[in-house]
Amino acid sequence: MSHKNMSVVFTGVGGQGVILASDLLSEVALIHGVDVKKAEVHGMAQRGGSVISYVKFGEKVYSPIVEKKSADILCSFEPLEAIRYIDFLKEDGYAITNTVRNFPLTSIFGKIPYPENPYEILSKFTSKVYEIDALKIALELKVPNVVNVVLLGAISKLLPFKDEEWIQAIQKKVKAKFVDINKEAFRRGKEAIVF
Amino acid sequence: MAKEILSGNEAIARGAYEAGIAFASAYPGTPSTEILENISRYKEIYSEWSPNEKVAYEVAFGASLAGGRALAAMKHVGVNVAADPLMTSVYTGINAGMVLISADDPGMHSSQNEQDNRRFAYFAKMPCIEPSDSQEAKDFLKLAFEISEQFDTPVMLRVTTRVCHSKSVVELGERRESAYREYKKDFVKYCMLPSSARVRRVELEKRLSKLREYSNKSPLNRIELSNTEIGIITSGISYQHSKEAFPDASILKIGMSNPLPDELIREFAKKVKKLYVVEELEPYMEEQIRMMGIEVTGKEVIPGIGELTPDIVRNAILGKKVTYEIPKIPMRPPILCPGCPHRGFFTITSKLGLTVLGDIGCYTLGAYEPLSAIETCLCMGASVSQAVGFAKAYKGSKKNRIVAAIGDSTFIHSGITPLIDAVYNKANVVVCILDNETTAMTGHQEHPGTGRTLMGEDAPKLDLEALCKAIGVPHVRVANPNNLKETEKVLKEELAFDGPSVIIFRSPCVVRDRSVWKKPLIVINEKCAACGACFRIGCPAITKDKSGKAVVDPILCIGCGVCIQVCKSSGADKCKNVSIGYCSDICSQICRASALVEKEDL
Ligand SMILES: Cc1ncc(C[n+]2csc(CCOP(=O)(O)OP(=O)(O)O)c2C)c(N)n1
Repeated sequence: MSHKNMSVVFTGVGGQGVILASDLLSEVALIHGVDVKKAEVHGMAQRGGSVISYVKFGEKVYSPIVEKKSADILCSFEPLEAIRYIDFLKEDGYAITNTVRNFPLTSIFGKIPYPENPYEILSKFTSKVYEIDALKIALELKVPNVVNVVLLGAISKLLPFKDEEWIQAIQKKVKAKFVDINKEAFRRGKEAIVF
Repeated sequence: MAKEILSGNEAIARGAYEAGIAFASAYPGTPSTEILENISRYKEIYSEWSPNEKVAYEVAFGASLAGGRALAAMKHVGVNVAADPLMTSVYTGINAGMVLISADDPGMHSSQNEQDNRRFAYFAKMPCIEPSDSQEAKDFLKLAFEISEQFDTPVMLRVTTRVCHSKSVVELGERRESAYREYKKDFVKYCMLPSSARVRRVELEKRLSKLREYSNKSPLNRIELSNTEIGIITSGISYQHSKEAFPDASILKIGMSNPLPDELIREFAKKVKKLYVVEELEPYMEEQIRMMGIEVTGKEVIPGIGELTPDIVRNAILGKKVTYEIPKIPMRPPILCPGCPHRGFFTITSKLGLTVLGDIGCYTLGAYEPLSAIETCLCMGASVSQAVGFAKAYKGSKKNRIVAAIGDSTFIHSGITPLIDAVYNKANVVVCILDNETTAMTGHQEHPGTGRTLMGEDAPKLDLEALCKAIGVPHVRVANPNNLKETEKVLKEELAFDGPSVIIFRSPCVVRDRSVWKKPLIVINEKCAACGACFRIGCPAITKDKSGKAVVDPILCIGCGVCIQVCKSSGADKCKNVSIGYCSDICSQICRASALVEKEDL
């Protein structure tokens, strides 16, 4: 692996499983044998609010916070939240977003509507925008909670970790009875996207 | 030894275990809550949720006196509540090691203010230790116990949100039982009558100068000499940001920020050309360094409000102004969950146009649109006391339309004393206890009203009705906030009553208790008149379709039925039919599972 640190920003809506996704990624990095830090905020912000979690790994990581315009990957569980934090992505970075929209109350009653075409807006910031209907895949597996692992499967193709390392991380972080379904979700996520 | 990725809070818990502590107490509060949740997994340590931070500090102090190493953990504002015992415990000193963990929240991610509690350590003249990542959180806590015992003083371990909630790699160690220190009666040391306090006051100053000597030599403070053009004095998470922003700069890393290592600072200042202090919030170190006659740049360039990040530090020191453009999109503030029992209560207070003096908890979110139901939020318990003052002084037109709204955990924390005031001084107030049977906002902790302890044991359940009656409240009633008619009736009756009354609105938090979940609701599109009544309850499960009609998201809806009731009532004048009903289609077996996913459910 190169000496340069890599950073991934996960965004979404409180309750979607954003933090578990970043936990899993950190675990993989540890298994891979590099230094890793991650940061997010718990508590009030999670009550249906907008959530952001940072993961940084590499030879030596100091600050757990990802700087603006520096993330290699922005992985969003919700299109609006991808736009909200797009300024964290570096110039030629990858923006991967789940397509299922979650309309905040403010978009229904407030002055600013939910954008018609999030893809178009994201494309103004980077040429590498990828959409994935992770909920559809998760529902096919009959477990909507695995949306986060489907998304991890997708971004795993951009990360320097081996499949065995991912599986090891899943085994460590997920309750035994859910390991198989998560492995399957990971595989399906991987298949669902071509970079 | 094994390596694990731990959050700062998990690492502190691990450090407590390795330090062989006997006792840990806390009242929950972001970002400190997970410290005790994790300590409770170690059966070697007695741990408890105390009713508030003052009690948490005092019981820990009692444990230290009795000879067991003890810690009390709280969020920054919790230290305000514990300030009374804290300020005098530095006089008495301790028996076995005693550490106060203050978890500050720069940026106010989940707090009502962003006070810098290093100032508290300075004010109290107690040692202050600041870790900058999880490994240090564990190691420094162990050292804090040693310092506490060596110098006979409580010690503050000051952490911040980004230390508490960031995860990094930690090398684990073994537990070493701390030696039991027998309690010896010592009136002059432990009983702060003026005669002994005067003696201990002198000891306090002597101790402080010994601590300064220690600080100058301690491995907690270290110089990392590199390029000497720029020298940075920094502590806590700001150290990590500084290293990232200026990898080649020389750094004086402060791990013990009270007392500051004066000699080390002088030595460092001489070695570098241009000296900066990079610290979050207050110019705490900067002012003291200035007082030493050393020229330094700090808050002229480094923001004193909010969190720092590597880019903020870099741009501040290099004098660069950078702005980022983001398209205008709707905000997404935190909201009351679908099915939250607080929603029914606020729907009625809004309808009746009541002035609701609020408190702190999930229900404070009732302040946001469209409910816009809470008007004040100051500190834990203040709703009741403010209502007493308000009722006494108010001469406006909303007489008999003012209520206090307070959660069950908050009421037990500090709502009881002001309720005694209301009865004693005959204030005409209606205190509404929103009893969702848990401490929801901070992640569903037990409290004296839930009948369970932190260590998972059964406990006597505090009977709120009996308590209020014992205080002497003439009217104590219980109502179901999901029943809007009942809620309205009870509120109106108590507002008409001349004298203090308490209404306990009882219904469990739906994130905690899934047994109350019903089938999701469905809107019958042809019947919906698009009147908007159901939108005004601010439920995230209800959205609008293109024609302005309501749509219920079956994944989010848990069937609380509050929207049906407002739909009905609006039906009287707007539309003839109730358009919302229970979804008969049980595809919801799947949809349901994804609503409000619990932490462990991955
Ligand atoms: C002095 C102090 N301690 C702790 C907190 C953190 N805190 C905010 S709300 C809350 C408890 C809320 O519980 P409850 O009153 O039962 O309301 P709920 O969230 O369940 O609706 C806590 C502990 C605080 N803000 N101030």
